[in-house]
Amino acid sequence: MLEFKNVSYSYHTKSGETAAVAGLSFRIERGRFVSVIGPSGCGKSTILSLAAGLLKPSSGEIIKGDGEFGYMLQRDALFEWRTVEQNIFLPLEIKKRNTAEMRARAVELAKKYGLGDFLKKSPSQLSGGMRQRAALIRTLAAGPEILLLDEPFSALDYQTRLEVCDDVQSIIKSEKKTALLVTHDISEAIALSDKVVVLSPRPSHVVAEHTLNFGSSPKSRRNDSRFAETFEVLRKELGI
Amino acid sequence: MKNTMNFSDEHIAYLKKLKRKKIIIFTARWVILAVILGLWELLTFYNVMDPFITSSPSRVIRTIGSLYESGELFTHVGITLGETLAGFFIAVVAGYSIAVILWSSETVRAVIEPYIVVLNSLPKIALGPLIIIWIGTDCTAIIFMTVIVAIILCIMNMLAGFLAVDPTKLTLMKAMGANRRMMLKKLVIPASMPSFMNTLKVAVGLAWIGSIMGEYIVSRAGLGYLIVYGGQIFKLDLVMTATFILCVLAGCMYGVVALIEKIVVKQF
Repeated sequence: MLEFKNVSYSYHTKSGETAAVAGLSFRIERGRFVSVIGPSGCGKSTILSLAAGLLKPSSGEIIKGDGEFGYMLQRDALFEWRTVEQNIFLPLEIKKRNTAEMRARAVELAKKYGLGDFLKKSPSQLSGGMRQRAALIRTLAAGPEILLLDEPFSALDYQTRLEVCDDVQSIIKSEKKTALLVTHDISEAIALSDKVVVLSPRPSHVVAEHTLNFGSSPKSRRNDSRFAETFEVLRKELGI
Repeated sequence: MKNTMNFSDEHIAYLKKLKRKKIIIFTARWVILAVILGLWELLTFYNVMDPFITSSPSRVIRTIGSLYESGELFTHVGITLGETLAGFFIAVVAGYSIAVILWSSETVRAVIEPYIVVLNSLPKIALGPLIIIWIGTDCTAIIFMTVIVAIILCIMNMLAGFLAVDPTKLTLMKAMGANRRMMLKKLVIPASMPSFMNTLKVAVGLAWIGSIMGEYIVSRAGLGYLIVYGGQIFKLDLVMTATFILCVLAGCMYGVVALIEKIVVKQF
């Protein structure tokens, strides 16, 4: 569970103050996949930083349930000098949970999701899609409850992107994790989410919320006629 | 060789072309050296150039021989090599440590920056008289000179390497809850390894500049001393010989660093 209650945040620079978020309120229930979409530069990444506690809100309140956060970024940020396996162990090392048991769990997870043959390889030997999958397993290794996804597919080419985002969504669902995805891609948000939150331009606040319950997978949802309808609605709300 | 069985003719031709290019480059390098040395020897042999002024390859070899017989060769080489290596290691270790400190605090970095800039632009040889008076005339003074010549660049290069680490990776570490120390150990140090290797290469050259410059100012032995001494008594054979030995030593030291780089960077 994660709830933003009337949250505001401003950036301070020498030349002035920029309100990135103003009066933002929304809520994510446990086990849900929620997407936040908004025009570019509307402070989407700020929302994730606030959720993760990397930034403190200027005012308002962020209520968090039990469990840790896991962060997944635009680029996979795998460390080239480590093998895939060592990359996956990184959060364990940092959180001082590098026990044989935790490592075995992480390896198990990697094997379950098709990275078994790549564990001893260098990230540079992996395709873009596999790298993003390795990054997801790394995020999951320390056992977080809520995943914060900062446009994790935007650096991939279109074909890989469709493949990887379905892939990532199904892994998150089958691991029963809560996810907060920020993206500027409307169709990605519709295909993946249980709920879509639409933001205004900066300083951002919630314009509309849509609960989506058609289609059982991203693929079936894309093929559903309601996909196009929802797309139109969201597009108008974003003012594009 | 059995692999060639599976290659197409086109690929074999391509491989041949690569190999031929490699041979040409290798041969051309040695030919240039041979031509220079050969011309130098011939022109001095027929007195087109005065060997008293320009020396000659055969005279250099004879000088090396006589230095070897008198037992001076290894004394001079040993002293200069020792000073250079000592200065090199001190500069690299201290420079790296200072760069780590500067990396870890933006405020310290901003405070120190103008000092680094001024020290970097200052011709270190200007400090010669001070070094002699403060430190003395033994090899400590020369090592000190080597260190101050090389250290500033070590600091600046390493700091640039540390600061160039991908901000996405830093954010990731921060989101995982890593402190500065962990970021340094697990991310910044390994990620800046290529910069470190580059710094070592540049520091090799600077360490030689420092030690020879130091020997010019104050010394009783060493290759720099031989060059100055040879110049003063107009014995150009000695000057050329010492210069030649310097070329070989500097080349070898660079070679060692390049070899280490090859081994280390493979993993990065």
